[in-house]
Order: sequence, then C-alpha cells, then structure tokens
Amino acid sequence: MYQRFISLQWKAFYRSASFGRSMGLKIFMAFIAIYFSLVFLTLGIGLYPLLKEAFPEQEPLQIVNRFLLVYLALELLMRFMLQTLPVMTIKPLLSLPILKSKVVNYVLFRSLFSFFNFLPLLLFVPFAVFTGYKTEYSVLSITAWAVAVIGLILCINYLNFLLKKKFADDLKALLPYLIIALALYGLERFDIFSITEVFASGLNYVLEMPFLALLPLLLAFALFKWNQKVLKSRFYLDESLKAKVTEAKSQDFAWLRRFGGIAPFLQLDLKLIWRNKRPKTLIFISLLIMGYGMIFYPQDTYQDLPSVFVFVGIFMTGIFMINFGQFIPAWDSSYYSMMMAQNIPLKQYLNAKAALIIFSIVILTILTTPYVFFGYKILVINIVCAIYNIGINVPVLLFAGSFNRKRIDLEKSPFMNYQGTGAAQWLVGLPLLIMPILIFWVLNKFVSFEVATIVLAALGLLGIIFKKAIMEQITEAYRKNKYAMINGFKQTGE
Amino acid sequence: MALNKQENKMITATNLTKVYGGTKVLDVEHLEIPKGQSFGLVGNNGAGKTTFFSLLLDLIQPTTGSIFNNEITVSQSEAWKPFTSSFIDESFLIGYLTPEEYFYFVGELRNRNKADVAAFLQNFDEFFNGEILGRKKYLRDLSKGNQKKVGIVAALIGDPEVVILDEPFANLDPSTQIRLKALIKKLTAGSEMTVLISSHDLIHVTEVCERIVVLDKGHVVNDIKTSEATLKELEQYFAGAAVQVDEEQQENSFKSEV
Repeated sequence: MYQRFISLQWKAFYRSASFGRSMGLKIFMAFIAIYFSLVFLTLGIGLYPLLKEAFPEQEPLQIVNRFLLVYLALELLMRFMLQTLPVMTIKPLLSLPILKSKVVNYVLFRSLFSFFNFLPLLLFVPFAVFTGYKTEYSVLSITAWAVAVIGLILCINYLNFLLKKKFADDLKALLPYLIIALALYGLERFDIFSITEVFASGLNYVLEMPFLALLPLLLAFALFKWNQKVLKSRFYLDESLKAKVTEAKSQDFAWLRRFGGIAPFLQLDLKLIWRNKRPKTLIFISLLIMGYGMIFYPQDTYQDLPSVFVFVGIFMTGIFMINFGQFIPAWDSSYYSMMMAQNIPLKQYLNAKAALIIFSIVILTILTTPYVFFGYKILVINIVCAIYNIGINVPVLLFAGSFNRKRIDLEKSPFMNYQGTGAAQWLVGLPLLIMPILIFWVLNKFVSFEVATIVLAALGLLGIIFKKAIMEQITEAYRKNKYAMINGFKQTGE
Repeated sequence: MALNKQENKMITATNLTKVYGGTKVLDVEHLEIPKGQSFGLVGNNGAGKTTFFSLLLDLIQPTTGSIFNNEITVSQSEAWKPFTSSFIDESFLIGYLTPEEYFYFVGELRNRNKADVAAFLQNFDEFFNGEILGRKKYLRDLSKGNQKKVGIVAALIGDPEVVILDEPFANLDPSTQIRLKALIKKLTAGSEMTVLISSHDLIHVTEVCERIVVLDKGHVVNDIKTSEATLKELEQYFAGAAVQVDEEQQENSFKSEV
C-alpha cells in the first residue's frame, strides 16, 4: 500500500500543471538546500575544534549540551514557520477500501524524510564522531548521546505538527507559551534558575547511563501516537469540507467614491486585502518592516554609506508596493475572466491598482518620518525614495505584472508560499532596488549628496509627469498578454 | 433556416475556428443570431459550446475568423462590453464579497447606483428563495447552486442587450430551474434582449429558446426553429448519436477479440 501512496505522490508531483513552469523555482530551492547542507556539514565537522579553541578550559560537549535546548527551541520556531506536514489529498481515498491508519501512518512516516530532519544530522553526527575520538567517552556513551539528540529532533518534528494544527489559525493562543519562554529566559538571565543547565545535566546522565537515550525516543513515539490520533480524528470529509463560515460584514468604503471611475476597484481591492489571509498578512509585514531602519540607522558603520540608506528607504516606503505589486493582477486571478468580460476598461483597472500602491507609499513614508531623529539626511533620502518609488517603481511593477501567469490562492498564508511566483518576480527585483542604489551611489561618490538626491527625485518626478503615457503602454502590454493570463490563472494546483 | 420577419443581426460568426494542439475544437463557417432572439446551444461534452461562448467574450483568441457583436469585432475593440453581460462559471464570481456587494459592484460597472440595483433585485425575491440576500455570507461560502443564482442575476443587471449564460440550469434545484425558465421567457418576450444559453438538458432549452443550434465536435450539425416537434427531433438525434457510438464501440471490441 505504501508503495502505491509513493507512486501517487510522485505522479502528483510530475504531472502537476505547473511542473515545467516551476522547475526554475525548484532548482533554486535545491541550490538553497545544498548550500545549507554544506554549511551545516562544515559546522558539524568544525564545531569541536572551534569550541576547543574558543573555550580551551571547557569540554565542547558540555557547551553543546548547554546550548542544545536553545537550538531545539530555534529549530521549532523555524519549523513552525517553514515546515508543513506532507499532505495527501484524502478526499478521493475516503470511499476506497483503504485503512485510515495506513494513510495517516504514511503521512507521518514520510515527514521523517523531511529536509529539516536531515540537516541536524549533518551537524550532530560529525560532532559526535569527533568528540568520540578526542575524548575518553566510550563509544556506547557517545552513540547514546547521538541517539538522544536525534530523538529530541524527532520530537521537535512531531511537536511542530501538533502545534501547527492547534495554533496555525490562532496565533494569539500562543501568547501564554511565549510568556513562559520569556519567563524562563529571564530566570536564566538573572541566574535564578537555569533551565538549560537542567537540560544539560539530563544529557550528561545519558552519557553516564546510555540506556536513558531511549527516553527521547519514547517521547518521540508518544508524540507520533498523539499526531496519529489527531490526524485520524480529522479523517472525515466534513473536516475538510466544513468551510469555516465567518459572518460576512458588509463594508462600503463610501469615502472612496470621490475617486470617481476608479472607486469601485479601490473598494474591491480594500475588501480583497481585508478579507483574505494572504494579502491581509502583507499589511502586518509592511508595518513590521517599518522597524527596518532601527537596524541600520544607529550603526556607525553605515553613517558614511548613504547608499545603504537608499536601500532602506526604497524598501521601507515601498514594502507594500513590492509585496502587493509583484502579484498584480494575480490577486484577481480567481475571477480574472469576469474582469475581462465585464464592462471594465483595462486602463481604469490598472490606474486603480497604481492609486492604491501610491496611497500605501504615502502612508508608509509618513510613518518613517520619526527616523528624522537620526539626521535630516535620512528624512530627505526617504522622501526622495518615495518619489522614486511612485514615479518609476510603480510603473515597473505594473509592467512586470503583465507577465504574471500564475494563480494565487487568497486564503493561504504568505510564509514560504511561492504560489504565484515566476521568473517575473525574480527579475523585477533588479531594477526595483538595484537601479536607484546604483544611481545614487555613483553620483554621491563622484559628485555630491545633494546632486544624487536631486537626480533620484527628478527621475521619480519625470515618471509622475509622464504617467499617462506610461500607463498607456502598460495597458497595451496587458491587452497583448490577456489570453495567456486568462489561461494561466485558470490552472489550479501549485 | 429562413425566418420570416426582417431582423437586425446581433451576433455574427464567420469562418470561426479554434484549434488546440492540432485538434479543431470549433469550426463554424457562418452563424448569425438576430437581435432579440433567445438562442440555445446544445451538444455533448466537447462539442464546443463553452469554446464558442469564450470566443464571443474574447476570453480566448480565435485561430481563424472572427465574431462580431453588434458589428464590433470582439477581439479588436472593447466597445461590446457595455451592452454584453455573461455568466460562464464560478470564475465570474468574486468569492470574498457578499452577494449584495457583488451586485452593487457589477451595478457600478454598468452605471447603476445602489438604489437602482436594490430596486432591480426586488424582482428576484422568488428566484432567490430567501437564500441569497441578507444571509451575511461571502460568495465563496455559498453552495454551488446559490452561487449560480447570484451569477445569473448579476448578468442581468443594467439592461444588457446580449446575455450569455453557460449551462445555467446545471446545479440548480428543480424549483429554481422552473423559476429560471419563467424568468428567461419573461426577459425575452417582447424585449430586444438577445439571450444565448447552452445546456445539456434538451427539455429546458426547447422550452425557453426560439432557436436551437446543435454542435457536434465543433460543427453546427443542426439549426432548428423551435416548435412542438423539436424536442422529439433532438432526442432522436442524440439517441442516434449514442447508438452510433455504441456500434463503433462494439465494432472495436469485436476487432480486438479477433
């Protein structure tokens, strides 16, 4: 039976509608995977000598033991954001004579082969081997230690799925746990009670009594069973079909009416953003990015490098532009045929999108004004960047949008969500961020700060002045690509 | 088929073909639909009904030929949009709007203000059967049948001259099917509205359409002015098609046995 599941999943993978189209993305992900594997392997091999050199009077294994809890916590956080349970489409299987437990077990076993379980092996196994050679711990002790660590990682693997099921839709419920974690951190910090020491001594017991290594494994097994129970209880059609019906509230945004012809589209876009998970999250991301300046502005290193501030400026004032704009018009992908058949002039549709983005740039620029605290230059740069964003980057993004062919599911979370991402998204980043930085850097270096800012602002103003003609061209691009877009947006699946 | 009264033509298709990957899915040499006609398109799966409607709405590009909607070439100008409305499938609905918001949105696109739309919707109380308005639900949370009701009614907002409905009867419950038939008859009787409907259900189309065109593998194989005998004729035709397929299959299985 498991072989059949594997063959089913393999078919789902290479027969998916976008198999060829998303190949580039897969290759990119593969490179990232190889990169991280190498990093972890190097770290795993180098960890013992490095720690020995940095803290000669301490046992590297003891240091690792003390940090292991922090490591596991971080890994859990990472997994919570990135790793998902390997899903199978169970609907067609429900009516077939297949034991539910088989499907559930298959899904849970398969999660063991996740890349996230492979990475730590590269780190801990070489380290264990190294430690075994260099110290007088017996082979048995070291093996037991390695087994215990792997057991703990498997616990994290299954714990993550439980947490996800419980909290993915309700992040607020995580708050008490966060408070506990913070409290533990505080106790640790002020040397009142050290949870990491307790954890480390637990691992030391494993070194003394190797059979204790079974404990983490048993814990992992218990978590596996728990997962099994939870998944089995969800193995019903109504679980997946039962739509979470939220009571719809009618909103009007009547004040938008003063924008005339584009008003209905602005209203629609605001509803789109407010009522769907993925675009809604973008708002919060945009607000978070407002803190980006705090990373750069206070640092002395960057004070003589205003080009970096241009990057920060473009990014902060344009974060919503980048996040929302790169997927225009894919946000409307699920009803794009209607938009094309209805009485909607393309030009108005695009103008509405541009207006929304410009509105966001203005708001975000106002929000960045407190950074004037770090010098008037920063305020000037941010305003100039905003003008450049409005004049140049908005049309660039809209134009790039005419190459979008991929459907977007509005209700999915945007984290690690590559749905809708194609070559256009990667390519557009280049002119968006690099061009203004390059222009600014050259002029600032060889002429002066004033000239550099004036040129950037002038470019933006040119874009604003010729907006009408530029939008005309962009509309033409959308018209040309219309059929390919309609067809592309109809393809469901990854 | 010669029709008696002198008519203005509304929709004309000439030399229209659509080829997908070497297969011709639509091949219509000449088809004219006069103004005010209720026009039915029937055919088995893959006959080209949706392809024809998609071409008419400029959602796909014809391989050859063109369609004129009120003398406007649909693939070259957008001027047909103000007087044409349609409901093809759920990709015509905006899932995160409530039905009311969707109606108002469509209304705005067709220059009807909120009051106009609200007054218009009052005519459909019976059709909606209390399941659409004021339910505080988003369109994505409605059942397939109720979504269809919303799509059909939205396509009627703003007095369009041409209304295109693809499979309007599918997914509707029996009462709503009957109400929809009455609605379409009311719309076309004595008005200039041209209604194009496709369906698998021969009884429904013969009841509401003045003229029925049968498509088979992209070709127009029959063009009938609806009369008492039409249903029989159509049933015979499709039964014949079924028998033909049966025979072919038998022949094939025979061959494979030998």
